[in-house]
Amino acid sequence: MNWQSWLIGIFRSMGYGTPLLIATLGEIYSERSGVLNLGVEGVIAFGAFVGFAITFQTSNPWLGLMSAGLAGGLISLIHAFLSITLRANQVISGLALTMIGTGLAGLFGRGWEGTPLPFLARRILLTQNNFIFFTLILALLLWFFLFKTRVGISIRATGENPAAADASGINVWRIRYWCVFVGGVLAGIAGGYVSIIYRPAWTEGTTGGMGWLVIALTIFSFWNPIWAILGAYFFSAIFHLSFRLQAWIAPELLKSSPYILTIITLFFIGILKLKIKKAPAALTQPYERGE
Amino acid sequence: MTKVVKMKGINKIFPGGVIASSGIDFDVEEGEIHALLGENGAGKTTLMNILFGLLQPDEGSIFLKGKQVKISSPREAINLGIGMVHQHFKLVEAMTVAENIILGLPEPFLFPLRKAIKKIEELSEKYDLKVNPQGMIWQLSVGEQQIVEILKILYRQAEILILDEPTSVLTPEEINQLFSFLKNMTEKGCSIIFITHKLREVMRISDRVTILRKGKVIATLHTQNTNEEGLAQMMIGNNTFLPAERLQGKSERERNVLEVEGLYANNDRGLPALNGISFEVREGEIFGVVGVAGNGQTELAEVITGLRKPTKGKVVIAGKITTKLNPRAIASLRIAHIPEDRRMGGVSSITVAENFALKQFHLSPFSNGLLMRKGAIRDSAQCLIKEFEIDTPGTDTPFGTLSGGNRQRVILARELSTNPRLIVAVNPTAGLDIRGAEYILNRLERERQRGAAILLISGDLDEIMGVSDRIMVICGGKIMGIVNRNTTTDQEIGLMIGLMMGGVMKNENAQDRKENLYLN
Amino acid sequence: MRMLKIEKKTYTSTKSILFGSLVALLMGFGIASLIFWAYGVNLLYAYQKILKGSFGSSFAVSETIRRAIPLLLCGVGLSLAFRASFWNIGAEGQILAGAIAATWVALFSGIPEPLLIPAMFFFGFLAGVVWGFIPTFLKSKWQVNEIITTLMLNFIAASIVLYLIHGPWRGEEKRGFAYTNTFPQVAWLKMIGTTRVPWLTLILGLVAATLVYILVWKTTWGYEIRVIGENPDAGRFAGMSHFKVVLLVMFISGGLAGIAGVGEIAGIHHLLRNPEHISLGYGFTAIIVAWLARSNPLAVILTSLFFGAMFSGGDTIKVSLGIPFQAIYAINGIILSLLIASIVFTDYKISIRR
Repeated sequence: MNWQSWLIGIFRSMGYGTPLLIATLGEIYSERSGVLNLGVEGVIAFGAFVGFAITFQTSNPWLGLMSAGLAGGLISLIHAFLSITLRANQVISGLALTMIGTGLAGLFGRGWEGTPLPFLARRILLTQNNFIFFTLILALLLWFFLFKTRVGISIRATGENPAAADASGINVWRIRYWCVFVGGVLAGIAGGYVSIIYRPAWTEGTTGGMGWLVIALTIFSFWNPIWAILGAYFFSAIFHLSFRLQAWIAPELLKSSPYILTIITLFFIGILKLKIKKAPAALTQPYERGE
Repeated sequence: MTKVVKMKGINKIFPGGVIASSGIDFDVEEGEIHALLGENGAGKTTLMNILFGLLQPDEGSIFLKGKQVKISSPREAINLGIGMVHQHFKLVEAMTVAENIILGLPEPFLFPLRKAIKKIEELSEKYDLKVNPQGMIWQLSVGEQQIVEILKILYRQAEILILDEPTSVLTPEEINQLFSFLKNMTEKGCSIIFITHKLREVMRISDRVTILRKGKVIATLHTQNTNEEGLAQMMIGNNTFLPAERLQGKSERERNVLEVEGLYANNDRGLPALNGISFEVREGEIFGVVGVAGNGQTELAEVITGLRKPTKGKVVIAGKITTKLNPRAIASLRIAHIPEDRRMGGVSSITVAENFALKQFHLSPFSNGLLMRKGAIRDSAQCLIKEFEIDTPGTDTPFGTLSGGNRQRVILARELSTNPRLIVAVNPTAGLDIRGAEYILNRLERERQRGAAILLISGDLDEIMGVSDRIMVICGGKIMGIVNRNTTTDQEIGLMIGLMMGGVMKNENAQDRKENLYLN
Repeated sequence: MRMLKIEKKTYTSTKSILFGSLVALLMGFGIASLIFWAYGVNLLYAYQKILKGSFGSSFAVSETIRRAIPLLLCGVGLSLAFRASFWNIGAEGQILAGAIAATWVALFSGIPEPLLIPAMFFFGFLAGVVWGFIPTFLKSKWQVNEIITTLMLNFIAASIVLYLIHGPWRGEEKRGFAYTNTFPQVAWLKMIGTTRVPWLTLILGLVAATLVYILVWKTTWGYEIRVIGENPDAGRFAGMSHFKVVLLVMFISGGLAGIAGVGEIAGIHHLLRNPEHISLGYGFTAIIVAWLARSNPLAVILTSLFFGAMFSGGDTIKVSLGIPFQAIYAINGIILSLLIASIVFTDYKISIRR
C-alpha cells in the first residue's frame, strides 16, 4: 500500500463526504436558529427517492436534484410547524419526521428497486469532483452568510436568546421556519445526490444512517460550516478506508468513530465550560413571547 | 408642551383573572422625565410592555404625537421611535457588543459590523458611554451591559425611552452616571419614562410622576408638588407595614441562634459575592438585611441554608457548625427557608398536600422511609390549610392552580410547621398584595414572639423598617453597618441606611456624601 | 401566527386527552387510506386484512402481543425516564447491549446449563444499565445533553454488534449474512403454546409496569422523581439529590431495555445478528409509546399493544397486499404528528388575538 493509492482512495472517498457535508450545512442552520431536527434521516431518504424518481421520469438530473431539495424542504415543514408554531417537543416531532420520511421513501420506492440511471455516465458537469467544488463554495458561502451578514446575526441570536431577538424586532418564528426549511432543502439535495450521482440507482436504504451522522457531525463541527467541511470529508475518508485499515482496527468499530468523537466533543464542551464554542443556548426550546 | 405619548383607557386582564391595567390614562410630555411609580405588581411593567408592543391591551388606544397608532410588536414600536431597556437585559451572551446593538436592524446586508462599529464609537464619545464594541457580552459587568442596552436604543434614534427599574442592578456611582446621562438626553429632545418603586429616585430625577396601584392610576403630579411621604402614601394607600401587635422593647432572650463568621462566597459566575461577612442573630429577634439587589443577599441566604458552599468562613446554628452541610441536614435542624425564587419553593404538578410534605417526605409521619402515607399527608395538609387560611379547593388540587399569594402561604405554612428555631426569609412579600404581605409579616412576628430567630432579607426598605429589631446593610458583599431599630427616629435611620447603601464610593468627600443622602 | 394566542391550560382532563387522541388517530387512518388508495388497493379489503392480521385470530393476537412485549418493557422504562425529565433516546442501544450480554452468556460464558436463562436476564439487565449509565454520568457531572449522547450510543452499540458478528463471535454464515452460532436449546425461551410469545418476558413486562406505577405514585423515590422531573430547583431546595434520582431512573430504564434485548435474542432469534433485525426500531418506537402514554406506566400497556398491532399489521399488508413494510413507518409517523398536534388542542387554549 503505497501512499499514492492511499491518496487515490481518499479522493474517491470524498464522494460520500459531499452529500454528508451538504446535509450537515443544513442542520447547522436549523440548530443555529434553535431547532433540533432529528428528522434529517427521513428527509434525506425522502429527497433521495424524489430525486431519483423525477430524474428517472424526466431524464433530467438537475430537475431531479431540485425536486429532491424542494421535497426535502416541504416535508421538513411538518417538523417546523409542530415544533415552532405548536411548540411541541422537538425530539418527538423530529422522530416523527424520520418515520414519515423513511417510510414514504421505502413505500413509494418499492417499484424501482435496483433500477439504475444509465444515461448519466457521460455528463461532465455531474462528475463528483465538480460537485465537490460546488459544495465547498456552498460551505464557504454559508459560513459567510452566518457570520458576516445581518441575517446571520439574527439567526444566531434566535438560537442563543430568542427573547432578546424578539425584543429587537426579529421575527423569531420566521427565522426558525426558514432555517428548518433550508435545512430540509439541503438534506433533500444531499439525498438526491446519493441516488442520482453517487450511486445512480435506487436501492433501499442507500442513504441509511446518513441522517444520524449529520446530527453527530453538526455537533462535532461546533455548528460552524467551515469545520463541517473538515469533519465531513474526514469521516467519509475513514469510512472508505476502513477496509484498508483493517489491520489496525476493525472496520465496524471504526465506523462508530463519528459517534464516539461527538460524545467526546460534548464532554469537552461541558468540562471546559466553553462560553462561545458550545451549542446554541436555546437549542430544543420552543419560544413564546412573554414566557 | 406637546404630549409625545398618550395612552387612553388601557385595560388588560391576564389569564387567571389578574387585572394588570384598569382604565389607565397616561401621557408623557416632550423632553420630560416621567416616573412611573408603584409597588411590585402595580402594573407598571405591563403598561410599558403594552407601549412597547410586547403585549396587546384588551381595550384602549395609544397616540404618538397626536396620531393614533397600533403597536403590535417591538419592531413597530422601535420604528415609531420607542425604545425600552428592560429590567432583565435582553442581550445575547455569546455574541459581541456590536452584534447585539445592531440586532434586528435593517443594516447593510453585507459586513454590517464595519459601519456599526464606527457609529457605536461615535455614540460612545458623544454620550460618554465607554464600551468596547468587539467585546463579548458575557465578559461585561452588569453596569456595562446596561450601557449596551442604552446604546442599542440610541443607535436606533429613539426619542422615547422606557427604562424599567434601571438602578436596581447598579452601583451608586453608576446610578449617578445614569442620571446625568438621562438629563443629557432630555436636553437633546428625548422623553423618558422611568419605571421605579424607589421614592428617592423619583424625587431626584423626575419632572412628573404617575403613581399606579393595583392596575389603576392613583394620581399624576408634578414632582415638585409632592414629597416622599406623599408619594409613599399614594403608592401603598392607607395601610402601613407595621404588623398589628408589635411588642416594643428589647428581647429578653440573649442566646445566639445564628452565627456567621468571616464568610466568603462566589456567585454563579465565579465572581466574589460575599467578602467577609460576620454577624449574629439572637432568639426572638427579627434581623433585617437590606441592600440593593445583587450585593450578596442571594448568596448569603444560599450559604446559610446549605444551597451554596462558601469559599471561606463558618456558619454556626444553635451551636452546631453547619457550613458544609447539605440542605436536608440543615432543614433537619429546624431551619426554615422561604426562598427568593418562588418556583424553588413548590412544585406545580403535584398536589397541594404533597407540597406540604416537600421537606419531610422521607420522614414519618409522611412516609415510613419507602412508602408514602397518603392519609397522613392529607391530614397534615388540612390542618395547615385551615391554620394558614389558604384558599384552595382541596388538598389534592395541583399546586400550580393556586394563586401566587396562596402558593406563598403554602410555602410559609410548610416552613413554619416544624416550629423552626431559625427562619431565613428572602423577599417573602414580593409580588403580593397588601393583605397577603401583611399576613406573612404578621406570622413572622408571631414566630419572633415564640422565640424563633428570623433573618429577613429584603430589598424593600420600608418592609425591613417595619418589622426588624436590628438592620444590617449589605453592599458589595460587605457589611456596611448594623443599626438598632429602636435607638433613633425613622428619619435618621433612613438617612443612615441610605448612606450605607451608597457606602462604597471611589472618591468619597463631603460633597459626594451629601449627594448620597438622596440615594435609594 | 401572531394572530393566534396559545396559552397552556392549568388542568387537562383525561377525557379531553382521549378525545383528542381519538380524533388524531382517525385522521391518521384517513391519511393511511389515501396511501392505500394511491396504491390501488381496495380500502375495505385492506382494513379487513389488517384487522385480521392484528386481532383476527389467536395467532394474530399473539403476534401483536409478541411485538408489544419489547415495546412494553422499554416503554415502561422510558416513561420513568421521561417523568424525571431525562430524555433517554438510547433504548435501541440498550436493547442491543442486553442482546450482546445474552449472547455472551449463551455461547461463551461457560455458565452451567440450568442457569443459562436466569444468567442471560441478569447480565442483560446489567448491560442495559451500564449502557445507560454513561450518558447519565455525563449529564450529571458536566451537563452534557443526554438527547445526543443517548442517541450516539445507539449507533456505537450497533457497531459493536456488527463487529462481533463479523469478527470474534463469528459463527456459520447463512445465506451470505453473518451470524453467531445458534444458542443451545436450553437458552431458548419457552413460548406460550404454539405462539411465538415468550411467557417470561410477557410476565416481566406486566410486572414491570405495575411495579413502576407503584414506585412513582406510592413511594418516596417516586415522589422525588416527580419533583425533580418537573422542578429540579425545588428538588435541590428539598435536599434531593438530582444525581441519585436520575441514576435510579436510568438504572431501571436501561435495565428494562436490556431485558427487552434479551427477550428478543433468546426468544426469537436465538443468535446474534445484524442489529437492525434485532431492535427493529423498537427503541425509537418505545419513545413514542411512552410519550403517548403521558409517561404513565399502566397506560404504556395499552399504547404498546397499539403499536404492536401496527407492527403485526405491517407484516400483514406486506404479505397480503404487497405494500412494503415501510408504509407502517410512514403511517406511524403521520399518526404521531397528528397526535402531537392534537396536544395543542387538548392541553392548550387557543384564542384569536386582536
